[in-house]
Amino acid sequence: MKRREFIATLGAAGAAIALPASQAIAQVPDFDPRMLEIVTRGATITRARVALELPVLADNGNAITMKVAVASPMSVADHVRRIHLVSERNPVRLMAAFHLGPRSGRAEIVSRLRLAGSQWVAAVAEMSDGTFFYAAERVAVTVSACIDES
Amino acid sequence: MAARIQVPANARRGDVIEIRILVQHAMETGYRVDDTGRPIQRNVIRTLTCRYDADEIFRADLSSGISANPYLQFNTVAQASGTITCTWVDDAGVEDSASQAIEVAG
Repeated sequence: MKRREFIATLGAAGAAIALPASQAIAQVPDFDPRMLEIVTRGATITRARVALELPVLADNGNAITMKVAVASPMSVADHVRRIHLVSERNPVRLMAAFHLGPRSGRAEIVSRLRLAGSQWVAAVAEMSDGTFFYAAERVAVTVSACIDES
Repeated sequence: MAARIQVPANARRGDVIEIRILVQHAMETGYRVDDTGRPIQRNVIRTLTCRYDADEIFRADLSSGISANPYLQFNTVAQASGTITCTWVDDAGVEDSASQAIEVAG
């Protein structure tokens, strides 16, 4: 066998091995909104209007920058009353609640989170008319918070 | 506890301004143990409230899910010249605050 042919065979074999692995990664189940019942208490919730920015991969679970923004006119009649941050796997599931109002001007918050391992993080917006909207992002955490010394 | 608060020094009435605050606090989770193996008691900032003069414009209920030395960035509408004050209290009942003046034109 010529060297060129051998390398081509290697490439083909490599692709055959790599394919099932990439399919396995793609099969992470989608976010389950039932996780948000601790905030909504059974009210209907829609996956819309909320933009949650988190890194896909975080090296350190102790300080993960998070930005959440909700599309709202922030007027007296129609504003975001609260934004809740919900964790899937942290010992404290309700990470934070931010109380806003018409004087906020813009429903946007930046903070830093602690995450105990790879998980879904959701931001729930509670509007002034009592409706709920959310966004959820999955974060892969290499070094989890809570277990190390920092 | 020390803190840094950043508010724009000048703004026009009606502008949406950004308030940034960084509080020096360990945000002890309560899940760690000390060198002798005894659990370290939880001590996190429970509530951080921000007032524009006398009016409350923002409040955050925090937990151990927020990083040590918590950083918060939020917004408010500039209404009049005055003082923006953030006050926080932790599990130990220790209360502190930081404030900055803002000059509003128009």
